[in-house]
Amino acid sequence: MSSPKQPSLEFAESVQKEHGGETLMLCFQCGTCSGSCPSGRLTSYRTRKLIRKAQLGLEDEVLQSPDLWMCTTCYACMERCPRGVEIVDIITILRNKAVSKGIMSDEHKKVGQYLLANGATIPLNPKYEEIRERLGLPRRPVNTLGDKKALEDFQKVLKATGFDKLIGGD
Amino acid sequence: MAKKYALFLGCVAPARYPGIESSTREVCKELGIELVELEGAGCCPAPGVIKSFEQDAWLAIAARNLALAQKTGADILTICNGCFGSLFDAAHILHNDPEKLRSVNKILREVGLEYNGETKVHHFAEMVYKEIGLDTVKSHIKAPLEMNVAVHYGCHFLKPSNIKQLDDPERPKILDELVEVTGAKSIEYKDKQMCCGAGGGVRSGNPALATKFTEEKLKNLKAAGAQYIIDVCPFCHLQFDRTQKELGTYSFPVIHLSQLYGLAMGVPKERLGLDIQEIPGNF
Repeated sequence: MSSPKQPSLEFAESVQKEHGGETLMLCFQCGTCSGSCPSGRLTSYRTRKLIRKAQLGLEDEVLQSPDLWMCTTCYACMERCPRGVEIVDIITILRNKAVSKGIMSDEHKKVGQYLLANGATIPLNPKYEEIRERLGLPRRPVNTLGDKKALEDFQKVLKATGFDKLIGGD
Repeated sequence: MAKKYALFLGCVAPARYPGIESSTREVCKELGIELVELEGAGCCPAPGVIKSFEQDAWLAIAARNLALAQKTGADILTICNGCFGSLFDAAHILHNDPEKLRSVNKILREVGLEYNGETKVHHFAEMVYKEIGLDTVKSHIKAPLEMNVAVHYGCHFLKPSNIKQLDDPERPKILDELVEVTGAKSIEYKDKQMCCGAGGGVRSGNPALATKFTEEKLKNLKAAGAQYIIDVCPFCHLQFDRTQKELGTYSFPVIHLSQLYGLAMGVPKERLGLDIQEIPGNF
């Protein structure tokens, strides 16, 4: 791993091997992304800077930075990028790399654990079962929120990808 | 009889805003759209948060849903931008990348499924616009609405536009037209295309930032004189509805397109679920 200001060429290369990541080096730092980013308008997050650091291979700085998690994946930047850089895809690749090194907030871990436990990012509770019934719907839907065998299959698929180890639950 | 679709419920609609699910079912019945149940489907999974953790896991779970739809012989119909985003994107990848298709099928075989890479994914709003058409929708309007509404497109309905190709992502009109056919007026407001703030794991990981997004939108649509917010995504819906409750300074009822159609088509109000949201809409 690189030290904060020590570039790692391998890191930038590994980003370019992933789907969308091959566009990383096309960025010429015009800043249209930062200017279009609603998150950047509200915080000190700068999309352009994040992409530059990835190009330079500043692995630690990119993966450890809270900025990496400021993007709502709204695609405003990507739609306007004059160089066709697949910015959201690159941010997703960088996030995957952070998570694979265990860099992940507790809140996000919890979302992952909910997914594994319920087959959904949120559980269904009795309050909403009641509301469903009042609306003329079955108390539990026909998806993994209401079908035990389906939930087992869902978990089997998720575990086959190693997701359970990634989020530290089972 | 119009085409048949496999209804993909997702998580937020059935578990937090079931009024969106029941309205969709009622409106589809009214429009002659046949819905089949997508039995055993799971999370789409969420395009921002789950895909950010591990793309291969995201793709395998999406592929399971696409394979289940394949068994029904129907295209998927989503009622959520997030589900649409993930499933459309995954279907696109698996249709064009035989190697990825092979590797997900290796996993799917363990649960007795095999995906052929051919399932088509639609969004309720896009399906109504293209398959049913505005004129037919208009002929089903029994109680024209008189209201000024702020249309919120959300992000994953139209974007990334290079693969979705539904409308201009900067100045779209599809949803405004779908809304105005009910008699409601879609008002212009500042930063209309801005995100609600919930996506990409921001609501779960950085709720204060998500709130700032939503506040910005609320401020702008209030200044323009909106009375209601119309969306096509249960996650944006949750973000607008719950954030207003938390802030206590705004009270715009949030209405999903299917609920708006339910109102205008005379679906019994107790099936729409608008009265049980955090900011209730009493019609």
